[in-house]
Amino acid sequence: MRSRTSRGAWCAAVLAAGIAVPAAAQDAAYARNLAATCFTCHGTDGRSVGGVPPGLAGQDKSQMLQTMKDFKAGKRPATVMHQQAKGYTDQQLELIAGYFASVKPGPGAAAPAAR
Amino acid sequence: MTLSRREFIKRISATAGVAAMAGCATTGNGSAGRVVVIGAGYGGATAARFVKMWAPDIDVTVVERGTGFISCPISNLVLSGNTQMANITMGYDGLRNRGVRLVRDEAVAVDAGSRQVRLAAGTTLQYDRLIVSPGIDFMYDSIPGLKSADAQNRVLHAWKAGPQTVALRKQLEAMRDGGVYVLQFPMMPYRCPPGPYERVCQVADYLKKAKPRSKIIVLDSNPDLVSKKGLFLAAWNGMYKGMIDYRPNSEIADVDVKGMTVKLQFDSVKGDVLNVVPPHRAGDIAQKAGLITANQRWCGVDWRTCESTAVPGVHVLGDATLSAPAMPKSASMANQHAKVCAAAVISLIKGQPVNQDTMMMNTCYSFVSGTSAMHVASVHRYDPAQKTIAPVKGSGGVSDKASELEATYAWGWAKNIWAEALG
Repeated sequence: MRSRTSRGAWCAAVLAAGIAVPAAAQDAAYARNLAATCFTCHGTDGRSVGGVPPGLAGQDKSQMLQTMKDFKAGKRPATVMHQQAKGYTDQQLELIAGYFASVKPGPGAAAPAAR
Repeated sequence: MTLSRREFIKRISATAGVAAMAGCATTGNGSAGRVVVIGAGYGGATAARFVKMWAPDIDVTVVERGTGFISCPISNLVLSGNTQMANITMGYDGLRNRGVRLVRDEAVAVDAGSRQVRLAAGTTLQYDRLIVSPGIDFMYDSIPGLKSADAQNRVLHAWKAGPQTVALRKQLEAMRDGGVYVLQFPMMPYRCPPGPYERVCQVADYLKKAKPRSKIIVLDSNPDLVSKKGLFLAAWNGMYKGMIDYRPNSEIADVDVKGMTVKLQFDSVKGDVLNVVPPHRAGDIAQKAGLITANQRWCGVDWRTCESTAVPGVHVLGDATLSAPAMPKSASMANQHAKVCAAAVISLIKGQPVNQDTMMMNTCYSFVSGTSAMHVASVHRYDPAQKTIAPVKGSGGVSDKASELEATYAWGWAKNIWAEALG
């Protein structure tokens, strides 16, 4: 029977040999991770529980990207978004817009039930 | 030479055999791996939910000693009567419905060698990756007069939302008009940098309406307000003018519970209600698991994975971590740690590359009254040269002023971050 340690070492060897994960899958995970930074306020996958702050799921990609670029440039009035948008590169904003555009709009999870 | 995954599996199958390959990623029962999470607060519950959501083939078990989730954010509004405990108290049914296994017990030991967590009931849980999100515990040793349980029940911290929040509200309700409420809190880093100043606003909001002759004395260990200074001072010098006596550099030496006095190095401050928040450190289980790396208080982690720098295979989230530069100990941040950790844990279990370009964002709202709030925000990115995550230059900031609009955003933030963890 193979011990945990030797199995671990074997896995490390396999990883060192380099399992190639398709680049597209990595890009998709990166876009998802970037978008996940927005979920905190805008709801998981951009489905905002109460609609405030606004849901982002299913928005038009180019429109959303333009909005975020306008926040970043200070062209669009905001309470907080102009400060947040400045933290991302244009390339990152494009990935974020692409992610939310690909999500089906829908209601957020119901607010957790009070006990 | 790089092989595609399919090509690699084909080759390895022909040589070493499929069984060995399967040994990397599976643990039997058709599961890709086992993740155990200790603590179902903002960090732990969110990490559990996201591992399960992003990788349904991974088994996720959460160990939580409490019966439900009580939010620290918004809990200052319970002190003022601007909201009630029921509005910040939630159950774990949403997590269960998503396929996360909840074990109501307390983790008492971690054996990183055999990858096991021992529970108070005596049972053990086997893990491939362990996520520890223990929150904070208080360092009462530095305040001799508060060592006994009786003293701790009379001079409250109310810095973990729950029974202490309710008890402090009752003390404020019982205080005479013309009484003095004293809030003392520690040097940075502590949980929720703007929290004490928000608490002052909420208590002032209550006293102004119910006991207008009363006063508030703020004993801040720090040399100045550490968060949203201008915005809080605007409220204190505006709507609460004349009520608040702010005293910086007021580190605590001791508490005389019988005499209801906070003792500072050169001064003593008497009050009708004493609210003392002791210095804190990572929660007890972090200490028992050998995860504490800094000043006997905090857990160092690699910010690309939240994996402990001390114990391989164990990840630490939230307030218990040794914060990166300019990273607050906040619920927002714990939520962001949780998602970075969930993505990394899935990649590590499945033998996929881990994302190296970690981004995190923080947004913290504070209420100055029942209907007006303001924010502090920041964006952080992993810097491979510094091997830490640091604020992105030019990003972040605070509100121009507190507003009703931002109060609606603050409640929206709460509802969404709660649903992230529990929904």
